[in-house]
Amino acid sequence: MVDLRNLNRRQAVHLVALAAAILLPPVVLAADEPFFISLASRMLIYGLAAASLDLILGFGGMVSFGHAAFFGVGGYTVGILFTHGFQGSEFLGLFPGSDNALIVWPLAMLVSGLLALAIGAVSLRTGGVYFIMITLAFAQMLYFFFVSLETYGGDDGLSMYGRSRFPGLDLSDDTSFYYVCLALLLLFLWLGHRLTRSRFGMVIAGVRENERRMIALGFPVYRYKLACFTIAGAVAGLSGALIANLTEFVSPSMMVWTKSGEIMVMTIMGGMGTLIGPVFGVAAFLLMEEVLSAWTEHWQIVLGPLLILIVLFAKRGIYGWLVGREGGR
Amino acid sequence: MNDALLRANSLVKHFGAIPASDGLSLEVRPGEIHALIGPNGAGKTTAIAQLSGEMRPDAGEVYFGGRDITRLGADARARAGLARSFQITSLFLGFTAEDNVAMAIQAHQGHSFRFWGNARRDATLRDPARDVLARVGLGARADVVSANLAHGEQRQLELAMALATEPKLLLLDEPMAGMGHDESLRMMELLAGLKGSLAILLVEHDMDVVFSLADRITVLVYGRAIASGAPAEIRANAEVRDAYLGADA
Amino acid sequence: MTALLVLEQLLNGLQLGVMLFLLAAGLTLVFGIMDMINLAHGSLYMVGAFVAATVAEYTGSFMLGLLAALPAAALVGMAVELIALRTLYERNHLDQVLATFGLILFFNELVRIVWGPRAIFMDVPEALSGTVEIVPGAPYPAFRLAIIAAGIAVALFLYFLITRTRIGMLIRAGASNREMVGALGVDVKLLFTLVFGLGAALAGLAGAMAGPLFAVEVGMGEGVLILTFVVIVIGGIGSVRGALVGALLVGLVDTLGRAFLPTLLRLVVEPATADGVGASLSSMSIYLLMVAVLVWRPRGLFPAHG
Repeated sequence: MVDLRNLNRRQAVHLVALAAAILLPPVVLAADEPFFISLASRMLIYGLAAASLDLILGFGGMVSFGHAAFFGVGGYTVGILFTHGFQGSEFLGLFPGSDNALIVWPLAMLVSGLLALAIGAVSLRTGGVYFIMITLAFAQMLYFFFVSLETYGGDDGLSMYGRSRFPGLDLSDDTSFYYVCLALLLLFLWLGHRLTRSRFGMVIAGVRENERRMIALGFPVYRYKLACFTIAGAVAGLSGALIANLTEFVSPSMMVWTKSGEIMVMTIMGGMGTLIGPVFGVAAFLLMEEVLSAWTEHWQIVLGPLLILIVLFAKRGIYGWLVGREGGR
Repeated sequence: MNDALLRANSLVKHFGAIPASDGLSLEVRPGEIHALIGPNGAGKTTAIAQLSGEMRPDAGEVYFGGRDITRLGADARARAGLARSFQITSLFLGFTAEDNVAMAIQAHQGHSFRFWGNARRDATLRDPARDVLARVGLGARADVVSANLAHGEQRQLELAMALATEPKLLLLDEPMAGMGHDESLRMMELLAGLKGSLAILLVEHDMDVVFSLADRITVLVYGRAIASGAPAEIRANAEVRDAYLGADA
Repeated sequence: MTALLVLEQLLNGLQLGVMLFLLAAGLTLVFGIMDMINLAHGSLYMVGAFVAATVAEYTGSFMLGLLAALPAAALVGMAVELIALRTLYERNHLDQVLATFGLILFFNELVRIVWGPRAIFMDVPEALSGTVEIVPGAPYPAFRLAIIAAGIAVALFLYFLITRTRIGMLIRAGASNREMVGALGVDVKLLFTLVFGLGAALAGLAGAMAGPLFAVEVGMGEGVLILTFVVIVIGGIGSVRGALVGALLVGLVDTLGRAFLPTLLRLVVEPATADGVGASLSSMSIYLLMVAVLVWRPRGLFPAHG
């Protein structure tokens, strides 16, 4: 048992956040505000996406501006298979659809991961400004691909008539779905934390600090960067699958380029290179969106300059501010 | 001829119309300290870059241990046993001294597709890292973040990282650059202590250092080697005196 | 008949390429000289379009709208450079991406507040509303021809500016060696602001000319911005010549792909599949072009940095 008197500030922040996350559904249900469960689920799911971006952005120093592509493709994997399952038809005449979460979620990760492997293989041959523009361009390519894909709804997207099934659980119940999202996020944060401390994680950190030196030491850095990019893409695919389940809807707007920008903004706002920080950033961003958009439809005129101020003056992010000097980087 | 560890064969490298290497040939034998000297702009840095694999020559070949490595990248050459240090200190500044060396040890231990164990608590990385730090005299500074080390200490760390990969040949690009007198002396002692255990190709401006450390010297002028031999031969070489030493000394 | 159709599509592709060149020329200089990524370049295009549309509506003259759009975009661009971007040159690319992303959100919302959320549709100017028969039997809209002509004029102007003038010499020197320009004792800050203003004016020009062709609406800058990125990646960062070649390639591939890919596919597969696959393929064609160029030449066709 953790001795509560000996908690440092960082552990205290983690403990409070975890307790709040676990207690949220009973509290908001008691207050008769069930809407907040779905908002909180969205926070957890985007938190997963932002944390996965942090793996390449914060730890690896790779400024990828196309993360929403993997998010969207993960969502479409679930949506397309669901539709075929619903219609009893076959995908490309090859295999039947499915609404089993244990099949479609890993498949979403696989498809997004393979896509990240392909996109990374091309973009990581370059660096700097090229890398930013190329990742952005690839995401836009996929956006247009899905817009032109009339079979699956084109511009209008694809509606599903329910969520995936999960053996032994009722995902259509918002509370159950929320806890599944929470479990998956915690699992990733734990695995990701292990990963960043491992030998592989040291290589990724080394590449961020001094890529030229890593090459001179004998590391084939391209392979490691590509592996990191692929892992992050796969996890973003999982978060896309979850959002498809939450909203029972997928559309090309999931991977429009401003979505990549938003995920990046949330990551920075929370605190880069901390893995858990971006989750705080997501929570703050979505909350701010709710509050400001209720106040004025022109809330982005506040957000824009705020972003610039954050960049200029508050790069440690919310998490860095919460845990004080010892936290963050 | 065949006992050379590293052999550069007529390297040519142009930047636009300017030749930085113009038919450069060079041999480093196992275990020797070989100095590469020449006036500014003679193409020493370009030569090092081509030997280490950061730059590809327009023509010519590089052999290492008898194997043609001309088309290998810098990382593959490093794995083959060709380590280098940088003229401008190149460290992982956010890491401690020990982390820096542990990274080099990790590079030497094969692939790093290991996603699980905590690398900072891995004795197979940390123990040898501490040994190497002790060898270069940084044993007491292991936990200092490398950005906070003194300049001379950073140069020592740079050397430690190169040594940690257990190379057969060390390319040292001005290891004493920017050092004070005492620091230079320490570095000289360190290099002298390495003599015989591995080959060193040393680029250095300080002629006292070169003539007291080197077994052989190659003189580079306008991108080509005008002379190569023992220190005494080089000192006696008229062409070298005209082209270089005469102007300096 | 088919030959005429191909000719028409070639001209359409040329016209799109010219528009992209106007955007890419300014942006590639900013990338090259200042090593700065600026996502807000599309916003200047949008500002140009809105100013042109408004002035044209009040005065009834497209030319006046066009003439107003150029200085308006240049002034907005230089103001943004002075206030926000100048502090970002020394920062890393991530900071630049975020801050200029913030600028886009700001400008989009500002335009929405000033002009409202609805799209504005501009008329083609009276004098250019007709068609021209370039070859007998092939009428082509005069306005589109005018755009092509304007693009060629700008390309010639830039060629003259960059190869024959002192500013051009500094721009070239800056693109290949940033430190050197400072060492020459040039007021680098002023040079940057001027280059930025020039790029902004070209973006404004593109926006004004796009007005009668597309809807003038909030967010119109972003789609074209990403196309511009593709152009710059293909051409090589910092190279105006690369921007020209890249822009024409992208314009032609995109236009011809959309026009003819489905038809060509019908020759080998059944019509319904051909239309579907053709639409998907042609929407991705320029990105596939980009991949092909990058695999062949990772730094673009005409890399400015050694």
